Amino acid sequence: MSYNFKQEMNKPERLAPGHRMCAGCGGTIAVRAVLRALHEGDKAVIGNATGCLEVSTFMYPYTAYEDSYIHNAFENAGATMSGVETAYNVLKRKGKIDDTYKFITFGGDGGTYDIGLQSLSGAMERNHDFVYVCYDNGAYMNTGIQRSSATPMYADTTTTPVGSQSNGKMQNRKDLATILAAHDIPYVGQSTLLGNFKDLHTKAEKAIYTEGAAFLNVMAPCPRGWRYPTEDIMEICKLGVETCYWPLFEVDHGKWILNYEPKKKLPIEDFLRPQGRFKHLFKKGNEDLLVQFQEEVDRRWEDLLYRCARD
Amino acid sequence: MAIRERLSGNEAISYAIKQVNPDVMPAFPITPSTEIPQYVANYIANGEMDTDFIPVESEHSSMSATVGASAAGARALTATSSCGLALMWEELYVAASNRLPLALCLVNRALSGPININCDHSDSMGARDTGFIQIYAENNQEAYDNFVQAYRISEHKDVRLPIMICQDGFITSHAVENIELLEDEKVKNFVGEYNPENFLLNADQPMAVGPYAVSNYYMETKMAQNTAMQNAKQVILDVGKEFGELSGRSYGFFEEYRLEDADYAFVIIGSAAGTSKDAVDKLREQGMKVGLLKLRVFRPFPDIEIAKALSNCKAVAIMDRSESFRSKGGPLGAEVKAALYDYAKHVTAFNLIYGLGGRDFTVESAEGIFKDLAAYVETGKAFEEYRYVGLRGESYSIARTAKGATSDITSDRV
Repeated sequence: MSYNFKQEMNKPERLAPGHRMCAGCGGTIAVRAVLRALHEGDKAVIGNATGCLEVSTFMYPYTAYEDSYIHNAFENAGATMSGVETAYNVLKRKGKIDDTYKFITFGGDGGTYDIGLQSLSGAMERNHDFVYVCYDNGAYMNTGIQRSSATPMYADTTTTPVGSQSNGKMQNRKDLATILAAHDIPYVGQSTLLGNFKDLHTKAEKAIYTEGAAFLNVMAPCPRGWRYPTEDIMEICKLGVETCYWPLFEVDHGKWILNYEPKKKLPIEDFLRPQGRFKHLFKKGNEDLLVQFQEEVDRRWEDLLYRCARD
Repeated sequence: MAIRERLSGNEAISYAIKQVNPDVMPAFPITPSTEIPQYVANYIANGEMDTDFIPVESEHSSMSATVGASAAGARALTATSSCGLALMWEELYVAASNRLPLALCLVNRALSGPININCDHSDSMGARDTGFIQIYAENNQEAYDNFVQAYRISEHKDVRLPIMICQDGFITSHAVENIELLEDEKVKNFVGEYNPENFLLNADQPMAVGPYAVSNYYMETKMAQNTAMQNAKQVILDVGKEFGELSGRSYGFFEEYRLEDADYAFVIIGSAAGTSKDAVDKLREQGMKVGLLKLRVFRPFPDIEIAKALSNCKAVAIMDRSESFRSKGGPLGAEVKAALYDYAKHVTAFNLIYGLGGRDFTVESAEGIFKDLAAYVETGKAFEEYRYVGLRGESYSIARTAKGATSDITSDRV
């Protein structure tokens, strides 16, 4: 399918302006990009785990969503949408409704990698026909930058603070897209905010219009939590991809596909240096921490190349 | 013609579910309610109903999916017991505050720990303040009848609240009893179609569910829920009466059993009411004026009605099948005593804890308690304000040596 950025940007917004998300929030950009992939005329129900997005886009009595929307709680966005999608199937079968609906659920990494993982796993295993989109900003940003299992190693968060005895988070981040791929669902995609948004748009469209369960993992930087100048978000995302920290790939009906391979893989320092949460890694004496970080990025990248080459 | 059958409580509820044929049922197995989703799944597998069953991965998800389905516009329900209800606790509040008229078939079981699969009411009593309507059954017939009435109450435009249809684990859920079922057509017509005004899949009017509400708005939502709960009282009475016209079995907030002229009475919920009725009959034969108030509707709580029904009693034993650890009694005790304080201060009330974790409650135990109430009033024999009955190594009897009380009943020793 051909992609025309200008044409896509001229579509009516399904997330109305006036919501209360921070300026430059990656999550909001990701949501708008995913919603643009809905075909005009198709109706949708948008789901949402508790988090920044929810409290800022549906503060009573205002909603920013043009479509129907349901927020339930933090850990159950998958289960909630399972119920909505099942209701749709039944009501359609019984002739009580006749419109075509698509179902998209958004959750941050806290609501997806951590507290909502069971509910998500159940919904995906049951192969409900909806897309779960994780906007991954690598910490519990809504409650004030606490570490999650998506937080990269050595990040300074409010529950893994850097101190005289601490270099920040001690563990590597969880590889959620691979976990979801292991559910053998029809479609898994990993993307971020890049250039003309073709990568994210294409994956969102595939995810929405593929029958059955689909999962999208979207790196969505948080300027407050990552501590970089707000206007640099596109550069940060690009560096995440060019350093192979955040590879672009998809698993389409079990087939692993690498969507982009940098001509020259940049060193991980290029991604880490602009972010305040990694400032301590660039202090004298911490060189080995950067080496370790690079080794982990390399290991995961090789692993991904292997998976994609095998298919 | 009504259909005569022999069914367990779980079968009876499942049969009612089949007849109502709701749209969506997410559920997760837990003893002793597991049979309900099993029966429903079998009905579906054999084409006897066309509900969509979602075999979720936890009870938190079963209520979450029920909330989602109900918000989407479906008639939805789930079933659970004990820890399953505890796990979905957060979701009970969400369902009620979103004003979703969904149903929960609860098979009452003790909460852990120690882990115990048998009957008491600690699960539903823990959920008494969640905003659910709560209706309890003495036997299989009532469990069936209550479920047939459930959606008529919860979906009523003045109510729109979730409803919990409770029955006692194993005692009614697994015991097979004679039962009278209504014909499918009668149930279908009585319950009617569900046509919500606002729902997610309404193409003409999108809807947003589950807002973040700051202090400027939150309190009014609670007031609205409470108004709905108050409205539920009349709706429960109307539906119970209409059901009576259909089936010959009318229902109100509670059943008064030989209570009218009773000096001594029980207030009790669930299957142990049947046991206690036997004791009432036996003691009546001996000339004691005893009776019983079997509470059917705990939420909304019919306080003035209860106080009025008990107002001619000299002393009442409020029988709690759950502990609230307030060190002064259980939840039923607290609420009935509050009602008596407001409307019938002259009635002396004691609170007894019985039957926790499936501990047997016998006719002899009930008789002993009645006699102790009489001994307190007539001879001044001490009666503790609050105590357990049927503990290991103890007689049930509170005043074994009181004048007139039999002193040889030790059948509750275990």
